[in-house]
Amino acid sequence: MTVLVPLVVLIPLLAAALALVLGRSRAAQRIIALVALAAVVVIGAVLVVAADADPLVMEVGGWAAPFGIVLVVDRLSALMVAVSAIVLLAVLVFSVGQGFADGDEETPVSIFFPTYLILGAGVFTAFIAGDLFNLYVGFEILLVASYVLMTLGGTTERIRAGTTYIVVSLVSSVLFLASIAMIYGAVGTVNIAQISQRMAEIPIGVQVVLHVMLLVAFGIKAAVFPLAFWLPDSYPTAPAPVTAVFAGLLTKVGVYAIIRTETLIFPGPELNPLLMGIALATMVVGVLGAVAQADIKRMLSFTLVSHIGYMILGVALGSAIGTAATIYYIVHHIVVQATLFLAAGLIERRGGSTSITRLGGLLAAAPVVAVLFFIPALNLGGIPPFSGFLGKFALFQAAAIDGSPLASVLIGAGALVSLLTLYTLMRVWTLAFLRPAADVAGYESALIGRIAGSPGSEEVRDTRTVPRLMTAATGGLVVVGLALTVFAGPLFEYAGRAGEALETPAVYIDTVFPHGIPGLEAAPDGGGAP
Amino acid sequence: MSATLALVVVMAVLYAAGVFLMLERSLTRVLFGFLLVGNATNLLILIVAGVPGAAPIVDGETTPEQMTDPLPEALILTAIVITFGVSAFLLALIYRSWRLANRDDVQDDDADVAMRGGAAFSVADDADEAVDGDSSEFGDEAEARRAARADREESS
Repeated sequence: MTVLVPLVVLIPLLAAALALVLGRSRAAQRIIALVALAAVVVIGAVLVVAADADPLVMEVGGWAAPFGIVLVVDRLSALMVAVSAIVLLAVLVFSVGQGFADGDEETPVSIFFPTYLILGAGVFTAFIAGDLFNLYVGFEILLVASYVLMTLGGTTERIRAGTTYIVVSLVSSVLFLASIAMIYGAVGTVNIAQISQRMAEIPIGVQVVLHVMLLVAFGIKAAVFPLAFWLPDSYPTAPAPVTAVFAGLLTKVGVYAIIRTETLIFPGPELNPLLMGIALATMVVGVLGAVAQADIKRMLSFTLVSHIGYMILGVALGSAIGTAATIYYIVHHIVVQATLFLAAGLIERRGGSTSITRLGGLLAAAPVVAVLFFIPALNLGGIPPFSGFLGKFALFQAAAIDGSPLASVLIGAGALVSLLTLYTLMRVWTLAFLRPAADVAGYESALIGRIAGSPGSEEVRDTRTVPRLMTAATGGLVVVGLALTVFAGPLFEYAGRAGEALETPAVYIDTVFPHGIPGLEAAPDGGGAP
Repeated sequence: MSATLALVVVMAVLYAAGVFLMLERSLTRVLFGFLLVGNATNLLILIVAGVPGAAPIVDGETTPEQMTDPLPEALILTAIVITFGVSAFLLALIYRSWRLANRDDVQDDDADVAMRGGAAFSVADDADEAVDGDSSEFGDEAEARRAARADREESS
């Protein structure tokens, strides 16, 4: 079974190489990309089942840990790989549909499919890395691929937005690398299980410094307040499918890394109050930003930031149930946020704009798009019985069990933010879908009076029909989102088991070193030869 | 663990200069800053490797205590390759930015522009950013502007 572990990285990478070689034939590229990601979806599903029985550890090159690199797939990793693969596949189908319809206008270059596959390989590498440096390499793979996708086509607008994104990502990468160097200096290893074992012996002051460095590096990637400023400006300019993947996956890779940091490397509660404060600020500032936006894509980017706060809240509680709730919430949010961005892409095609000051009459014009927007909107807003409600409820319950005053404040803030999210999404519904198209010109309302001059509210492009394949891809993701409600019971149990295992670092350490750490009695001086 | 003072000083200077450059608005300076900061980080990894020693080859004579720790060097090599790739991409990005907007600096984002006052775009900004958003891959307008500039230079 462990043989499947490296395949989730190898298949997309080899497919990317093949697609690059066959750059002249778009048809061949499409087939390769679809087959590769479909294969990863299947492997991901198998891994989810296999990892539940027993975590999988693959020693790359046959060298035992800590001398070789290990790939570890426990429940959390398996779940993340499976969900990411599903979202990547659905978005790929969406972009293929877009390519068929437009003669590949939006993605004019033959590097789209290879880059997209490499992005996938990077995401999967990060999820299965059992080694801090391997995690860094995974981050770099996905970041470099994302730089290319962000600036695809090289238009002025994308270059401008891409510059900010790239420079900010570079800073976070350098910080991450410097933290790895410091951690290696402190504990003499980059193997996460071994770091976890040795970190307890390090003086608490040093631990806090290393901890903060890692959190800042991951916080930039996960887009938590105050490190989220880059996100709402850069994401909306990319092509719709690219934005959907970025919003769904890239920030969650950061959150995943934060979960690993908080549970394995620094399981102590020193920084938990700080994290709670960050969660609070992220939720509130993010949603207030969303309220002030007229452009649907920008608004969704702000709600994305806001909802990262919920995940940080679950992690900050430092309890098994909090972590479990976070895991469920991440799965929910990956699917729903990607769906909403795809729906925004459909709205843009059908209505010719993504600004709610310009859109109108879409319910009559495109009822299917309306349904595809409405369901995930309610889902994200946390209306029962959707998974957004279940996830938030689980998080609030975990916070209530925690019982500290700060946790109570967070529950209140979380409920408020949820309502404000619903408000922004229903404003889109009221204006873009329910408002008759004839009323758009000269429409005056307190709802949009203050946001009329917001960025992205000026141009109206030509309206186009929505191809079936794009609708089907979005619809598929909506169904996956609904499945999260239907199968919430088993999924919560799975997340619960994952949370329990994560809150006991010994489980992870025993997985990587089933026979204890071999032959390493002589190197506790830190920085010595391994 | 012991470290060489000279390396620490060099690292500190590289970090300081790199951060200073990255805070500049000019993209070329940001690139130089990134290169310096990247190299400073490589030095940091080298410093945490501890005192230098013999090559880490098991030949029966050198004991593990005398050997250099090889792992940080492997990490540095990987980091160098990544920095190299990213710098190449950044260079292409800067070139593209220059071709499109005739500018080598970080531009204001839409929210900044909107914040400055509802009427949004100033005439000067409009002139520079008139290139249409999404349609063309290689910005015909930018090419045309470049040709026009070349003409002006010839005539003057």
